[in-house]
Amino acid sequence: MSNPRVKFVVGSLVIVAALAWLGFVGFQESKAYYITVDEFRAMQGRAQGKTLKVAGDVVEGSIDRAKSPLEFVIGHQGQTLKVQYIGKEVLPDTFKDGSKAVVEGTITLDGVFQAKHIEAKCASKYEAEYESKGKS
Amino acid sequence: MSEFGNFCLLLAFCLGLYALLASVLGAVQKQHRIVRSAERAALAACGSIALALSSLVYLLVTSDFSVSHVASASNRALPVYYKIAALWGAHDGSLLLWVFVTSIFSGIVIYQNRFRYRDMMPYVVAVLMVNLSFFLCLNLFLSNPFNQLVQANADGTLQKFIPQDGRGLNPLLQYWAMVIHPPILYLGFIGFVVPFAFAFAALVTKQLGDSWIRTIRRWTLVPWMFLGAGLILGGKWAYVEMGWGGYWGWDPVENASLMPWLTGTAFLHSVIVQERKGMLKVWNVFLIMITYLLGVFGTFITRSGVINSVHAFADSSLGPFFLYYMSAVFFVSMYLIIDRLPYLKSERPLDSVLSRESAFLFNNLVLLVACFAVFWGTMFPVLSEWVQGQKMTVGPPFFNNVNIPIGLFLLFLTGVGPLFAWRKTSVESLKKAFFWPVIFSVPFCAALMIAGMRDFYAVVSFTLCVFVLITVVREFYKGASVRAKNTGESFLSAIVNLTLKNKRRYGGYIVHVAIVVIFVGLTGNAFNKEVQQKLSKGESMHIGRYMLRMVDYREADTPNYQLAEVKLEAYKDGKLIRTMTPEKRLYKAGDQQTTTEVELYSTPKEDLYVVFSGVANGGKGYEIHAFVNPLVFWVWFGAAIMVFGTLVTLLPDRKGAFVTPQLSFSEAAGIGETLRIK
Repeated sequence: MSNPRVKFVVGSLVIVAALAWLGFVGFQESKAYYITVDEFRAMQGRAQGKTLKVAGDVVEGSIDRAKSPLEFVIGHQGQTLKVQYIGKEVLPDTFKDGSKAVVEGTITLDGVFQAKHIEAKCASKYEAEYESKGKS
Repeated sequence: MSEFGNFCLLLAFCLGLYALLASVLGAVQKQHRIVRSAERAALAACGSIALALSSLVYLLVTSDFSVSHVASASNRALPVYYKIAALWGAHDGSLLLWVFVTSIFSGIVIYQNRFRYRDMMPYVVAVLMVNLSFFLCLNLFLSNPFNQLVQANADGTLQKFIPQDGRGLNPLLQYWAMVIHPPILYLGFIGFVVPFAFAFAALVTKQLGDSWIRTIRRWTLVPWMFLGAGLILGGKWAYVEMGWGGYWGWDPVENASLMPWLTGTAFLHSVIVQERKGMLKVWNVFLIMITYLLGVFGTFITRSGVINSVHAFADSSLGPFFLYYMSAVFFVSMYLIIDRLPYLKSERPLDSVLSRESAFLFNNLVLLVACFAVFWGTMFPVLSEWVQGQKMTVGPPFFNNVNIPIGLFLLFLTGVGPLFAWRKTSVESLKKAFFWPVIFSVPFCAALMIAGMRDFYAVVSFTLCVFVLITVVREFYKGASVRAKNTGESFLSAIVNLTLKNKRRYGGYIVHVAIVVIFVGLTGNAFNKEVQQKLSKGESMHIGRYMLRMVDYREADTPNYQLAEVKLEAYKDGKLIRTMTPEKRLYKAGDQQTTTEVELYSTPKEDLYVVFSGVANGGKGYEIHAFVNPLVFWVWFGAAIMVFGTLVTLLPDRKGAFVTPQLSFSEAAGIGETLRIK
């Protein structure tokens, strides 16, 4: 152990191992499966108890702000999923009818998805409009 | 005008390719004139790109919607300065800005060194031109801002299509920090191409002493400073514009700009070891290559649509090209490094773990681990899909778990590194060096605990902040008091002169102070509070020492957007401090996006951050989301100090200061430092 090189390598390994362990703990805590609504439906019972990120389009007119917690429905390829937002964060401005949303949370036994976190992106209808009018 | 812009781009591309070929040819055949012509062609390419950029700005300002970029990123009602900023509001135009910034850097390097480093320069030019041509090629053929909109007629012929109005600049980008943050970030991302080019040239010409490293010292600090400033401006933008109460969310694009900053920081430290001790030569070449590649990778993440992010552009098809380019750069550089290994031998072994060298090594180690963790977490959705066929993501807990301890360890090293001597530190001298910092920080730590602070990381962080601050203050104090005694200057002017005499060292200390200040701000996160409540007129809510009373609600109309705002009276300890009017805006152009306008009451102690999230209960209640974020101010303030410290380091030397070998003041004073300028 008198060689400083050995000491340095051992020290490094200890540091890296400690960080790897911390990383692993954080990973277990925050990992989430990223799927679309139809993939979610295909999972059936296996979805229970897992943290999931489910992606889909917010169904037009489904956002019910009168309810507390707020409820809405997302859909993808003919399948839909009812979502309850139980998170504390401010909803993103991009979250509205028709936007592409990713909801993170778990499924309850009565089939409602409880989301702690919501990401949303505007569906770019203008881009679609341009494309239909002609290609740039 | 769009044809002219397109022509300029094409011309620049041809000139760039010519410069690339000619510089290599000239170097191989040792034909000085060919190299000269290559350099001139490269400069001409830069000029041509500037013209292309100007013509796009002209098209934007005159709202020529026949051009696709203008139609998709601007609209008539936009104020002129945002019309110009719309240049980087969509990815094709921002790529042109990117190319323009690259060309400025390349141009300056080539012009500055036209009489110097004649062996290396042809290869430097070649690398710069490979980089420039690659991006120009994307800009010309795959993502061209000068494309015209066309419409297909019923009979299949094409006809020009000019929309009535453009889609408008994304309203989230209509904010000052956002307007300047992309160009500043680009300066950082791209700037690392210069040190990389010199490293590459040094490998090719086998001139692997530390001359290339000294050449690029400034060229590394400049992009590093811009990248750091860009990162924090991006945070400022997210804080004010996104309305979720924070400034950093481990978003893929944020991560992408953090990664080259981490490796760049590692490089800035490890070059010192090479200059002083002739160690870590392979490591330094490798680090600068990685830093450059991570800069390109950052561009790739924002443009490829591989990963979802709030900062990213909508999908574009550039992804695969970036991958080819990055792999090519990686493999060619790795081949060269391996081939030149005999020239990269370390001149000296590591003498002791308790030494300055080893502090630098640990600094590099954890910076790289941090970079790797960030990379892994960012790319995990893609990697897991490859490996398992199942897309998975990781969230902030992962990033925080790894990076908070790393950050604190780095902060610790910032404090102890300068206390260690090169080669070997005796326990005796360590005791002496640690005495004052410990005398101040230990009671401070105890005071925090007694005051009831229980968050482990927060206590450690504040304690370390005091520790590091004392070590830096002591360095200045020791140097300045010796200088004041020897020269008879006043203490204050001794501090200034000391810093100016040894800008690199004391400028570096100023940056260390900045890091401490930023850490104070970051640690404030441990004490954030938030309250969400529905208020009717006349009702009030409490958060911390503040009370918010709902007074009024109104809706209004402007040419650019419609707005709804609530008027709240904010009280602190029962005293009215100000009226706050957080807004919701609905932008008229394009996608009719809504945005949140945050109201901030910012003091050095804490920010009161108020968001109006919408009308609830059918118009009877108004939903208010309030945050109290302690110490955020210090993050921005620390960033300003960081830029200042870097600028001090960058100050030009007085004439002759570099030529004569001289002893630094601290060494003359017997502080045990050998800061000889070679």
